[in-house]
Amino acid sequence: MEAASRRKIRVLVAKLGLDAHDRGAKVVARAYRDAGFEVIYTGLYQRPEAVAAAAVQEDVDVVAVSSLAGAHGVLIPQLIQLLREQGADDILILAGGIIPEDEVPALLEAGVSRVFGPGSDLDEIIEYTKVNVRR
Amino acid sequence: MTAQQRAAELFARLSAGDRRALARGITWVENGAEEATALMRLAYPLTGRAHVVGITGPPGAGKSTLVDRLAMELRGRGLTVAIVAVDPTSPFSGGAILGDRIRMQRTLTDPGVFMRSLAARGHLGGLSPATGEVVGLLDAFGFDVILVETVGAGQSEVEIMALAHTTCVVLIPGMGDEIQAIKAGILEIGDVFACNKADREGADRTVSEIEMMLDLGHMGRPGINRWSAEPADGAAGGAVPPASDAALRRLDRTGHHTADELAGAAGHMTHAAEHVAARHGTANPGDVSWRPPVLKTVAKDGQGVAELADRLAEHLSFLKETGRWEARREQDAAQRVQALVSEWAARIALSRARAAGDYARLVRQVAERRLDPYSAADEILKHHGGR
Repeated sequence: MEAASRRKIRVLVAKLGLDAHDRGAKVVARAYRDAGFEVIYTGLYQRPEAVAAAAVQEDVDVVAVSSLAGAHGVLIPQLIQLLREQGADDILILAGGIIPEDEVPALLEAGVSRVFGPGSDLDEIIEYTKVNVRR
Repeated sequence: MTAQQRAAELFARLSAGDRRALARGITWVENGAEEATALMRLAYPLTGRAHVVGITGPPGAGKSTLVDRLAMELRGRGLTVAIVAVDPTSPFSGGAILGDRIRMQRTLTDPGVFMRSLAARGHLGGLSPATGEVVGLLDAFGFDVILVETVGAGQSEVEIMALAHTTCVVLIPGMGDEIQAIKAGILEIGDVFACNKADREGADRTVSEIEMMLDLGHMGRPGINRWSAEPADGAAGGAVPPASDAALRRLDRTGHHTADELAGAAGHMTHAAEHVAARHGTANPGDVSWRPPVLKTVAKDGQGVAELADRLAEHLSFLKETGRWEARREQDAAQRVQALVSEWAARIALSRARAAGDYARLVRQVAERRLDPYSAADEILKHHGGR
């Protein structure tokens, strides 16, 4: 009973590569915080290796990648591969930002659970996260 | 699998160097999971080796950046480093944004560094409820140095002193006048002071204000002082003039103090010297004492960081040389046992009292002012406190 109340969902909000815009990432981080989650923000310009290391060390339940610069098709699959190599394949992977419709299937194929495009409802992101965390 | 077995399995992986197991163990102790106690029992024999260094100071002083640079410096000296950074929890949602990683980019993928962000989870005092146990696990894992960065601290977040062997207080130029510098609180707990952002105006003034405050309570030069047993040059107790004289001269030089004030200050110095003797050592002949050094650092480009690492190491040798390291182990052990006894005894007594219905009845009586809380607690312990 007591243990359950102290359990917090931990989310890593990540920005990969040469992508200078993090307004969306910060809005989502803030929404997660207000929903009672513990959010670790990586800051801008992260390599997939650094994000994977952070995800493992912080033992997060979710990695939410925000992408506005078009490199998601390469960097997100790299990140997922690195997480798998480190035995962290139970982490829920979400993506958001500017991701063209026709590139979504490839991301889902690579292991992203869901892609939230512009105009996504914050409550929906939070609800989806709560329902789908894997432990 | 029972909680015991899960803990044993995780501990086996953790002690074999599996970082994911370490991270999961930290989550267990943070969440008070049922595996946590079993895991800590297994890990305890491996603890007590790491040098635990606390980094505290006000928000925006540059603690995270300094920790990042310091970790890099320590790695360069061949030491492995764990970093624990505590950030506040929202009092409204219970959530938190843990942003210390943003400032710790240099060492993130180095396998000799492990960094974990903790939310304070409503705990005041600058740490989180589980920080001590998290440090225990990192120690058991085998890190040489564990850097614990507190929540941005004001004046009374002094818990870090009890957890760390060496506490570094980080300040910045222009923080306040001398009044701030003689206040009780975080300024008292520093074993090493870093005036960060020292490229900014006012750094010299901040350093001299801290020096002045330290003069009130410490003898000798910054760092380790070994007071010779034989009087040198006829002066009693060694070659170094009493620091209080230097401090008095410094006060006098400012020209703002009357003779009465100076006499009063001398009195306070004697008092303060007695007060700190237990913590930093006295200046009797043959003694070894520690006078906190005050350093200037510019964390963003690494200035002063090597000297900071030197001073932290010097403080560790001071602790070991004077037996304080060993004494600390005794104190910590006693404190741990006491804390667990009070926690467990309270938990047992309350759950029994609840089960018997006494708890609800007594609380109602207290709320209605028919009974006082002291008698209620007494009655619960009398009837439900035994084994």
